[in-house]
Amino acid sequence: MTQYLDFEKPLAEIEGKAEELRALARANEEMDVADEAAALDTKAAQLLEDLYKDLTPWRKCQVARHPERPHCRDYIDALFTEYTPLAGDRNFADDHAVMGGLARFNDQPVMVIGHEKGSDTKSRIERNFGMARPEGYRKAIRLMQMADKFGLPVVTLVDTPGAYPGKGAEERGQSEAIARATEACLQIRVPLISVVIGEGGSGGAVAFATANRVAMLEHSIYSVISPEGCASILWKDAEKMREAAEALRLTAQNLKELGVADTIIPEPKGGAHRDRPETIAAVGAAIETLLKELDGKDGDALVQDRRKKFLDMGSKGLAA
Amino acid sequence: MNWITNYVRPRINSIFSRREVPENLWQKCDGCGTMLFHRELSDNLKVCTSCGHHMGITPRDRFKGLFDGGIFTEVEVPEPVTDPLKFKDQKKYPDRMKSAQKSTGEKEAMLVATGEIGRTPIVAAAQDFSFMGGSMGMYVGNAIIAAAEKAVELGRPLVLFSAAGGARMQEGILSLMQMPRTTVAIQMLKEADLPYIVVLTHPTTGGVTASYAMLGDVQIAEPNALICFAGPRVIEQTIREKLPEGFQRAEYLLDHGMLDRVTPRTEMRDELITITRMLLGLSPAIQGDLPAPDADETTAPDTAEDQTAENTETEADVK
Repeated sequence: MTQYLDFEKPLAEIEGKAEELRALARANEEMDVADEAAALDTKAAQLLEDLYKDLTPWRKCQVARHPERPHCRDYIDALFTEYTPLAGDRNFADDHAVMGGLARFNDQPVMVIGHEKGSDTKSRIERNFGMARPEGYRKAIRLMQMADKFGLPVVTLVDTPGAYPGKGAEERGQSEAIARATEACLQIRVPLISVVIGEGGSGGAVAFATANRVAMLEHSIYSVISPEGCASILWKDAEKMREAAEALRLTAQNLKELGVADTIIPEPKGGAHRDRPETIAAVGAAIETLLKELDGKDGDALVQDRRKKFLDMGSKGLAA
Repeated sequence: MNWITNYVRPRINSIFSRREVPENLWQKCDGCGTMLFHRELSDNLKVCTSCGHHMGITPRDRFKGLFDGGIFTEVEVPEPVTDPLKFKDQKKYPDRMKSAQKSTGEKEAMLVATGEIGRTPIVAAAQDFSFMGGSMGMYVGNAIIAAAEKAVELGRPLVLFSAAGGARMQEGILSLMQMPRTTVAIQMLKEADLPYIVVLTHPTTGGVTASYAMLGDVQIAEPNALICFAGPRVIEQTIREKLPEGFQRAEYLLDHGMLDRVTPRTEMRDELITITRMLLGLSPAIQGDLPAPDADETTAPDTAEDQTAENTETEADVK
């Protein structure tokens, strides 16, 4: 059963009615509801299209955080073979909010690293809702450096509300770990591509997404601060998240315009969660294209490409 | 009653308030409450002479105390696009900028300069917490890149004084992108084998800590400075427990292995001289007060020409 977002309420009603009719028909064989149900389906499809045609930034945030959206694990399972998770930062712990390891993408060995939010209560808690601690970033650094050593391209999947704001995380150097991870991203002499699959939450996302190429799913977001956080600081009212989401320009479309995202990967009608296999396939195709773009570039060229990309970033603002 | 409250009381109040000292002559210490005479306070680099509490200091005042004879040359910072996102919250971003510029008399939240400390040529950058919380936007990013480029060009160490609430929200994702941008700048220094020393001052938080402020060869902090990624309030709301005394303060970080040193501001200059000279393989600095270098002497013997002083500031110029 689909979980509906608040703005999808009218849609939920129509789809619910269609479902009810069909249930009635199943119970009572004489009833012919096919036409009526089909009409409702058409209406629902139209409504879905209308709703998603022009999502407001805040609604995009909601879609990007949808619990049924495919997560890092789903992509790794579907797009990579021989995935061999590698654990631990060799200092303190293994952070389950970050998963990563060796895998093959179209038979080519790569290093894949990503934030995993979890898919049910148990796994969400285990994954700390995708909020990494310093160990997660240090594990990522270790894996990136290993990939660098063995000449393997790195693919990162970004989906985090942000780095975990906790006592232990601070004591063990959350900020230093993020700074070093960003540094590692810039230093490695292998292709680094990054896909924002859901939420690109602030520094926690930058630590993975300082890449040669950054792709974003159509309804994913990437922001310096959550709209709620921004609203509570600038509007002194967390309920003003709609205005904040608008002002922050955090949608994939805005970020493409600003040069932060290189490509936008289209999502199925109604968002990634409505057709997970299609979404995953589209992400796979994008990774393939981006890896091909960087194929044959040597280490120096890759490092320079990354540097130039970030040094030039923001030299022009939004058009209007 | 009205006559009394509306006329007499204001009159009486005005007589008393007139007797108060002009607020710029005396400043109350936030730490111990002692009234400190402004000249004494600024001579002591805004450190309370009574309890040692470190108050905020502007980059200009800091540089005046840091560089030999208070002489430094400002490094020009490339201007970024203004208001790239056309950001509007309750106030428009350009309006917030204007009021910050008016209240601080500065263009932006970071000042970059070249000069000498104990006759050691350096490049220094200082963040201005009084300018929109020192927040890191495109300009601050450009300033750090300019500072690193200058240091590489002149073959000098970079000393950076950080002070910021974090990234500048009004520049949205572009402020976040200053994390990788400034990291590139620090890498330029590292590749040139030049020392990069960070002095973390109160407060240094958020995206600033998670990028250039934590990547120094040597990490020094001023006493009791708040240094963190997530602020204490955010953490308390998340974990719903009281945080220990002194949590995320400089001394706490030193204990947890996140810093090399905690050094009072009044001793910072000497310490920076000692450290940079050793890292550069120079002889020990001459102790005691040196005469102020002449304007044309600010160039290191073995470095490129640095006399195109567009903006040489002397003590007299600086208020």
